[in-house]
Amino acid sequence: MNRVAAPVDRLGRAVLENVEEMGKILLLFLSVLAWMFRPPLKLRNILKQMEFVGVKSIFVVVLTGTFTGMVLALQGYHGFKMFSAESLVGSTVALGMTRELGPVLTSLMVTARAGSAMAAELGTMRVTEQIDALYVMAANPVKHLIVPRVIAGFLMVPLLTAVSDFMGILGGYFVGVHILNINSGVFIRNITRLVDLNDIYSGLVKAATFGLILSLVGCYKGFNTSGGAEGVGRATTEAVVLASISILVSDYFLTAIMF
Amino acid sequence: MIKLVDLHKSFRTQKVLDGLNLDIETGKTTVIIGRSGGGKSVLLKHIIGLMRPDSGEVLIDGTDITRLGDRDMNEIRKKFGMLFQEAALFDSMTVGENVAFPLREHTHMKEEEIRQTVADRLHAVGLTGVQEKMPSELSGGMRKRVGLARAIAMLPQIVLFDEPTTGLDPVMTEAINRLIIETQRAFNLTCIVISHDIQSIFTVGHRIAMLYEGKIIADGTPEELKASRNPVIVQFLAGSIDGPIRIM
Repeated sequence: MNRVAAPVDRLGRAVLENVEEMGKILLLFLSVLAWMFRPPLKLRNILKQMEFVGVKSIFVVVLTGTFTGMVLALQGYHGFKMFSAESLVGSTVALGMTRELGPVLTSLMVTARAGSAMAAELGTMRVTEQIDALYVMAANPVKHLIVPRVIAGFLMVPLLTAVSDFMGILGGYFVGVHILNINSGVFIRNITRLVDLNDIYSGLVKAATFGLILSLVGCYKGFNTSGGAEGVGRATTEAVVLASISILVSDYFLTAIMF
Repeated sequence: MIKLVDLHKSFRTQKVLDGLNLDIETGKTTVIIGRSGGGKSVLLKHIIGLMRPDSGEVLIDGTDITRLGDRDMNEIRKKFGMLFQEAALFDSMTVGENVAFPLREHTHMKEEEIRQTVADRLHAVGLTGVQEKMPSELSGGMRKRVGLARAIAMLPQIVLFDEPTTGLDPVMTEAINRLIIETQRAFNLTCIVISHDIQSIFTVGHRIAMLYEGKIIADGTPEELKASRNPVIVQFLAGSIDGPIRIM
């Protein structure tokens, strides 16, 4: 192959591989949907995953949300001060958190914490033949392993986002009112005046979509692991990278559709 | 009755099964021997439907399982139990939950009955009072015993063993071999054992089949195999580096 054709060939292959992977993740999603409503519901497994994805992520989400709100207030204040519009800091923090930073940062943190763990756990189960053992015992691994994780991601990331939104606004309030001396009444009134319920809802819809993406990608990468310990490490890294990129790309399109 | 007919399986350019034929006798233990990486585990995965052949048939009681959908395949799999090489216990569950898993999945037994059955199966493999332990707290030999208890939880007709004695010390190897023999007799099982441990082969096997270059090149009683003059079998049983089996 000549020098011109070789890079084009590589690019073509890479595109085809990625499209194929997206297709397989979509098929996994359809399979999850098909198994989700087939009784019996594995309620214990679902609650266990909800605890892992949701409850155990609260601390990191609270910390991320609070400091993001605080830094938004600080940055916003210096910008708005140039136009003597410091009173808009509160609404800027609230809009930034609810529409954008709450859902995106929360899902990126959950990807790093729980998405990676899903890939590592399922990957280890794959290389130690535990997934084969499920098949041999006539138990479907999608129902037992993937459905609970996807449900947990879909339900818990919006709830964590709500916590993050609240903590971000609280952090912004603390910096704005107590450090930068913005009037408390003005800070809150501008939030209630400029932030619509739809801003919050659309952020939560984003969060649910991101929860779906991170859990599906984590499960897909883990489920299709091969090659021992090295394979598990590779699957985990790929899951975090692919889920993070997918979240950021889909964020643009969701924003374009919703606002 | 398990019958493998003209099985072919390739991974990319590598032929792993190349027109393999084998009949497995019901109620007996058949040991499949062959070199490491020679396709023994692939063959086992074909028998239980974890892999599908490129061509050929896997007949279980007359049904060709290579053409079955998931639901019918699962019905066939209920006839099977399998002990994996590293036992493949679910490490997020206790020993008791592991053994109870197939019972909870496929029966409507009450919790008390499940507890009793789990204790019975663990007793059958020589274990008592380990129900609350996690798999990570067990030794290699104990994990295999628990794996066997889980494999026979539903009283299957056929049990597959993937290198049951690999990685065990000689005493534990003998203990597992005896366990295979006793379990086979007690539950009148059809057992298929994959192994390259020569001593174990002759201890547990009623019949021995040798897999070489994707085909079964010999199938007979342990005595017939010992008397064989086939240079591949002679070299394999002697563990010699001189002979037709090339070292890669």
